[in-house]
Amino acid sequence: MALKHVNAVIVGAGAGGGVAAQQLAAGGLSVVLLERGKWYTASDCRKDDLRNQRTSVLGNNSGPDEERNPRVVVDLKGQERVVLPSQGAYSNNAACVGGGTFTYGAQAWRYQEKDFRMATTYGVPEGSTLRDWPISYAELEPYYERAEYEIGVSGDVSADPFHGPRRQPLPMPPLPVGREHGILKPAAQRLGLHPFDIPMLRNSVPYGGRPPCMQCRWCVGFACEVNAKCGTQNTAIPAALATGNCELRTGCMAREVLTDARGRATGVAYYDADDRLREQTADIVIVSSAAVESARLLLNSKSKMHPAGLGNRYDWVGRNLQGHTYTGAWGLFDFDTYDDIGPGASIAVCDYNHGNPGLIGGAMLANEFIRLPYQFVSAVPGGVPQWGRAHKDFMRQWYRRSIAIQGPTQEIPIAESRVEVDAKVKDFWGLPVARLSGGKHPKTMETSVRMAEKAEAWLKAAGAIRTWPKLAGKGTSGGQHQAGTCRMGDDPRVSVVDKYCRVHDHDNLYVIDGSVHVTNGGFNPVLTIMAIAYYAAERIVKSRKGRGV
Amino acid sequence: MLDDGRYGLALGHVKIHSLRRRRFLRIAGTATACGALVSCGRQNTPWRFLTAAEGRTLAAICEQIVPTDQTPGAAWAGVVNFIDRQLMGPYRRQRDAYRTGLMEIDRASVSKFGKDFASLDAPQQTALLESLTGGAQRFFATAIAHTMQGYYGDPRHGGNRDAVSWRMLGVPVIPIRGRNRYEFPRQGA
Ligand SMILES: Cc1cc2nc3c(=O)[nH]c(=O)nc-3n(C[C@H](O)[C@H](O)[C@H](O)COP(=O)(O)OP(=O)(O)OC[C@H]3O[C@@H](n4cnc5c(N)ncnc54)[C@H](O)[C@@H]3O)c2cc1C
Ligand code: SF4
Repeated sequence: MALKHVNAVIVGAGAGGGVAAQQLAAGGLSVVLLERGKWYTASDCRKDDLRNQRTSVLGNNSGPDEERNPRVVVDLKGQERVVLPSQGAYSNNAACVGGGTFTYGAQAWRYQEKDFRMATTYGVPEGSTLRDWPISYAELEPYYERAEYEIGVSGDVSADPFHGPRRQPLPMPPLPVGREHGILKPAAQRLGLHPFDIPMLRNSVPYGGRPPCMQCRWCVGFACEVNAKCGTQNTAIPAALATGNCELRTGCMAREVLTDARGRATGVAYYDADDRLREQTADIVIVSSAAVESARLLLNSKSKMHPAGLGNRYDWVGRNLQGHTYTGAWGLFDFDTYDDIGPGASIAVCDYNHGNPGLIGGAMLANEFIRLPYQFVSAVPGGVPQWGRAHKDFMRQWYRRSIAIQGPTQEIPIAESRVEVDAKVKDFWGLPVARLSGGKHPKTMETSVRMAEKAEAWLKAAGAIRTWPKLAGKGTSGGQHQAGTCRMGDDPRVSVVDKYCRVHDHDNLYVIDGSVHVTNGGFNPVLTIMAIAYYAAERIVKSRKGRGV
Repeated sequence: MLDDGRYGLALGHVKIHSLRRRRFLRIAGTATACGALVSCGRQNTPWRFLTAAEGRTLAAICEQIVPTDQTPGAAWAGVVNFIDRQLMGPYRRQRDAYRTGLMEIDRASVSKFGKDFASLDAPQQTALLESLTGGAQRFFATAIAHTMQGYYGDPRHGGNRDAVSWRMLGVPVIPIRGRNRYEFPRQGA
């Protein structure tokens, strides 16, 4: 039986797809939202130190399914191997309604003005594909605001002199601060830095019909059982469904975007929850499957007219895969720093995002989310054994007396860091899987080491009696902050989508998620993904209204 | 017994669960006499995957990784139970690694000291583990990671008995009552 034709079909109910669905449905379009994962509740995803979206040694708590979704990863030596979703190299985000926003840490950063102008600000280093965005911070500002108000953000950025101009303060005050905040704030001020309360997609007061955060231990990587964490699963998606114009179909794995003889997108072929192949036709197709899977879906959508996949005429789909190079430092103190008050991360500085002599970009630095005991196991500094009595002593002595500071170093994109589809390995449905390869630009590595030094200096100023850096490897990024694989640009020869997220050459095919980021800022990416979704969806609704739909 | 009752109070069902497990561990501890017990007659092992002898070797290795000092170590914490249970689930791809790795460590022990690993004294065990190379060394790295998971991870998986590591670290065991709603062991988990 043919499925009813709709105005728009969206693949992926995460950050970008959830917001796009809500905007289109509210704008009067009929929408089908396809999500390969399930709609979980918090009690499906209990607070389990070993089985969650951050520490997945016993599996993930919100997908994807371990058996059905392998990937291939090629390391720096060119060795390839098949990896499963619970393995770090997989670059997993999530597979569920809400996508990454169901379990994220919920830091809600706006990128800075310079983050949209990286090439102009710094020049293009050799071996990189560094470019400016085709849109500016100023153009995105109203949509950042919309994300902050509609999804809900708490915090206070008034003490941060580096953020771009904003019309409104954040809608919610920051959460009460914990012990680490009290230790780190005066230290940062002594160093001449500008500490402030991290903006968070987390209720600090009742907001959007949901209660405030109860500041528990298990936040990042976990579902929130009081629904205080604001993701698309408890904001945009229910709002989309409430319009009556949107149908959400879970357990539906998109196979390919269908096109007609003229190259227009006609819909999506997908496997439904019973693994039957279905076709959903639509006027508009929106791919919002996150940077790795969006690229894979376009590359797997091959036809006579598009033998290399959709949007891939100039071989850019899947390239410029980037995440963040996380580095920082640990510090040990001769007094208790642990207070068991979540979510943990609360204080940040943006003094090092730009203006670092000799570096390109930088990172926001913040204290870490509460480290669970198993996460501290591998934190030991050089010289302390990895096992035995000395290791146990280290755990006992320092677990409650340590602080970690780290930051997401902005990566300098390179074309070689990429997503392809593998020629041999197939997933459960017989679809070629994503194949990740490449590495990092030397400038990225350099900046990341310097950011670790800054973190160490902050910890020392706070009275740490011993500090040591946490450094990063040179392998491809991606992971939870994956972005860049369908970059936005005015020139179709060096980009995949235009400034409105529309795939060049296809006037009714869009990519709306982290894939379109030209660069990924020195910040966690989700608020920018949401803002872009508001911005692109608004344009879609307006242009259809113009045509009388 | 470290159980201060609070854990039991907040988590009635887990308490029952862990009592059962305690009895189970006691059985495991006397694995040599186990043949007399109906519950493990089939393969003469109290474990799901490991043989009784493998369990004994593994317990000694785990105890080296997290030894008993002023607080209990990995063996008491049920880390072998944890690993054995995960070998039926998330660790199942590592079954061969365990089978071969444990055999290799015992073999190395016999050739160096004339006894199996569990029969060595603690300094000999440490020396042997530090001298491992090749595949045995790689297996030991896996065993370290798994032991740490079993010792410092969530008690619901069969290790970290009575949250012994959390108590050692000074981490409140169940800070919020009512959260036990989320603590029900899953079917088959
Ligand atoms: C533990 C964790 C902590 C994080 N913390 C932060 C943070 O503090 N701040 C921040 O900014 N970001 C954070 N992130 C990252 C953030 O969640 C992501 O950047 C964001 O969710 C990406 O949005 P997206 O729309 O690109 O993709 P996603 O949100 O990943 O959504 C993509 C969706 O598409 C679905 N999908 C994929 N392929 C298919 C297919 N073929 N058919 C059907 N459906 C498909 C997926 O199942 C998924 O639900 C965190 C993520 C995690 C997991
Ligand atoms: S810290 Fe707050 S937002 Fe995070 S899971 Fe706990 S209650 Fe929810």
